[in-house]
Amino acid sequence: MAVTLSDSAAARVANYLEKRGAGAGLRLGVKTSGCSGLAYILEFVDTIDESDEVFVEKGVTVIIDKKSYVYLDGIELDFVKEGLNEGFEFNNPNMKGECGCGESFSV
Amino acid sequence: MALLQIAEPGQSAAPHEHKLAVGIDLGTTNSLVASVRSGSAKTLVDNTGRDILPSVVRYTADSIVVGEDAAQQAVTDPENTISSVKRLMGKSFSDIDTARIPNVLVESASGQPLIKTVAGELNPVQVSAEILKALAARATESLAGELNGVVITVPAYFDDAQRQGTKDAANIAGLNVLRLLNEPTAAAIAYGLDAGQEGVIAVYDLGGGTFDISVLRLNKGVFEVLATGGDSALGGDDFDHLVVDWITTEAGLVGEQSLAMQRLLLIQAKQAKQALTDSDTVDITLALETVNWQGSLSRATFDELIQPLVKRTLLACRRSLKDADISKDEVLEVVMVGGSTRVPLVREKVGEFFAQQPLTSINPDKVVAIGAAIQADVLVGNKPDSELLLLDVTPLSLGLETMGNLVEKVIPRNTTIPVARAQEFTTFKDGQTAMTIHVLQGERELVSDCRSLARFSLTGIPPMAAGAAHIRVTFQVDADGLLSVSAMEKSSGVSASIQVKPSYGLGDDEVANMLKDSMTYAQEDVTARMLAEQQLEADRVMESLIVALQQDGKTLLSDAEQTAIENAIQILYKIRQGDDRDAIEKEIKTVDKLTQDFAARRMDASIRKALQGQSVDKV
Repeated sequence: MAVTLSDSAAARVANYLEKRGAGAGLRLGVKTSGCSGLAYILEFVDTIDESDEVFVEKGVTVIIDKKSYVYLDGIELDFVKEGLNEGFEFNNPNMKGECGCGESFSV
Repeated sequence: MALLQIAEPGQSAAPHEHKLAVGIDLGTTNSLVASVRSGSAKTLVDNTGRDILPSVVRYTADSIVVGEDAAQQAVTDPENTISSVKRLMGKSFSDIDTARIPNVLVESASGQPLIKTVAGELNPVQVSAEILKALAARATESLAGELNGVVITVPAYFDDAQRQGTKDAANIAGLNVLRLLNEPTAAAIAYGLDAGQEGVIAVYDLGGGTFDISVLRLNKGVFEVLATGGDSALGGDDFDHLVVDWITTEAGLVGEQSLAMQRLLLIQAKQAKQALTDSDTVDITLALETVNWQGSLSRATFDELIQPLVKRTLLACRRSLKDADISKDEVLEVVMVGGSTRVPLVREKVGEFFAQQPLTSINPDKVVAIGAAIQADVLVGNKPDSELLLLDVTPLSLGLETMGNLVEKVIPRNTTIPVARAQEFTTFKDGQTAMTIHVLQGERELVSDCRSLARFSLTGIPPMAAGAAHIRVTFQVDADGLLSVSAMEKSSGVSASIQVKPSYGLGDDEVANMLKDSMTYAQEDVTARMLAEQQLEADRVMESLIVALQQDGKTLLSDAEQTAIENAIQILYKIRQGDDRDAIEKEIKTVDKLTQDFAARRMDASIRKALQGQSVDKV
């Protein structure tokens, strides 16, 4: 399995999708931008494209386009709380460096 | 490591560009802050897990405490602990019943109320700013970043002064206000009604201490407030007191109870009330040294106790529908707001009254904050292709004073805001170089019956004949309902402007009264306006005749003719002072007829003068 979701991340995503009331799943991706070269994408999915890889992990449909998959193979998505803040965090084995804020990274 | 949120398809922000925005429900008793994260709006909690912040501020010599900790000191340090400051917002000192406020109030030089504390004299805006600061700090920490903007909710009946006060408080707290949003509108947005069918929506808001009913109409994505009503001293706390009375009677408690006992009873009552939301009966136990009693309160009994109060809210609903000229079956949706709408009897009776199931799926304590958060998320630009840009409307017409003590309306009431309207005015006298612009709010025809908002002067108008100057007056109401007025003389470009920050408040009753008066006195108003207009016309005729006589009377008129005209002016002057509109009109006609010949001769003379020395070819 190339993509893993922590239990808390899977539960959150399922919850958000249910609240949104529509959507085929969760898209993970990367785009070139940001201070360290690449930035993560985390979006709801309404339509799945032909170029997408589709995984089902802990009941959640995870969609990654083939181009991004190169950077994301083996990635783990976690949902964490830091004080009052909460959100998703990527643990990417491919990553070699990231900017101070962690919103972008390089491989 | 920044924590990420799930975005809408194709809407992922570039790193560091996601804009943070929150919605704030700045309530009388409690306040909340909410934000949209990963597509869903949620209230933000403090580090003890509570999302409700009591709207209480306590000042000590060297610190300011906001929320629960302040509320707990309300009994021991009432003078320096300020609660329900929202009730003072935008009010003048004379508007306030000081006996009902536990704090010491003094009047400022400008007539505003100031609250005396150990930290000095504070105005309500400063106190509200402390509540906003506390909420903003929580939001900044929860969202791990600076806030780009906030949406703050205000009651639909808040007037310009109260809205401006709220905005000032936000500025003091260092917040960028994207918009002030009406509370019932926010609740409707939380249920997604803004994207739904167009029509009438009723918002029933029963909180701890206040009851508000608002009738809104959704039209082309705009919520128009048709009517508001309610009772500022009716809420869930009154239910608690009724249960306390019941326990007192059942347990056979006699005489005045100690403060501690009263407090205990109130806590028991509140718990019993809340328990009855989900169960049919609740056991209450008083095990004390002085009294040992056990009883059980059934929901049927509780319903019987609160029935009269619920009925009162429905009467207010009926009145508001009548004010809005809406029948019950025209109401598409009923939105329930406020913790007390959890009481089953309230839901049942409201459902019966409107003959439909009211909307209750969103936590009624949080629904306003959630709607504000959704709106904030849209306004800050996190949904660039958003279909909705929500608008509100002006509650009363805005206009200015014209000659004759009349009000010229520039922006009519119920115009959707933001709006800018311009109108051209001119000078009344020859050589007039200044003009006073008196900004008014209201529906009546005469200045004295409307509310004066501001007054400013446009000076430096170049001297011209009466009526030759073009003065463009622009009224602009921004998205928060705040007015700025500017005036510009077109030929010279001289201009002046003012931002209206009304110095005293206008309650919802007064707005309602002003509207009612405009209906009641419609006939009188029209008569008064027509008289004033006729008087003005007489003044204009006399003014120009006098000037003409001075210039050409001697050369163009015989002595007899001049005397005749002068006499006619005298008569017109006398009649003009009276209030017989028809007589004035008749006399103006008489003067007009009498002077026709004079006017013709003046015309000839000026043409001759213009043609003198010119050859026919040139003409």
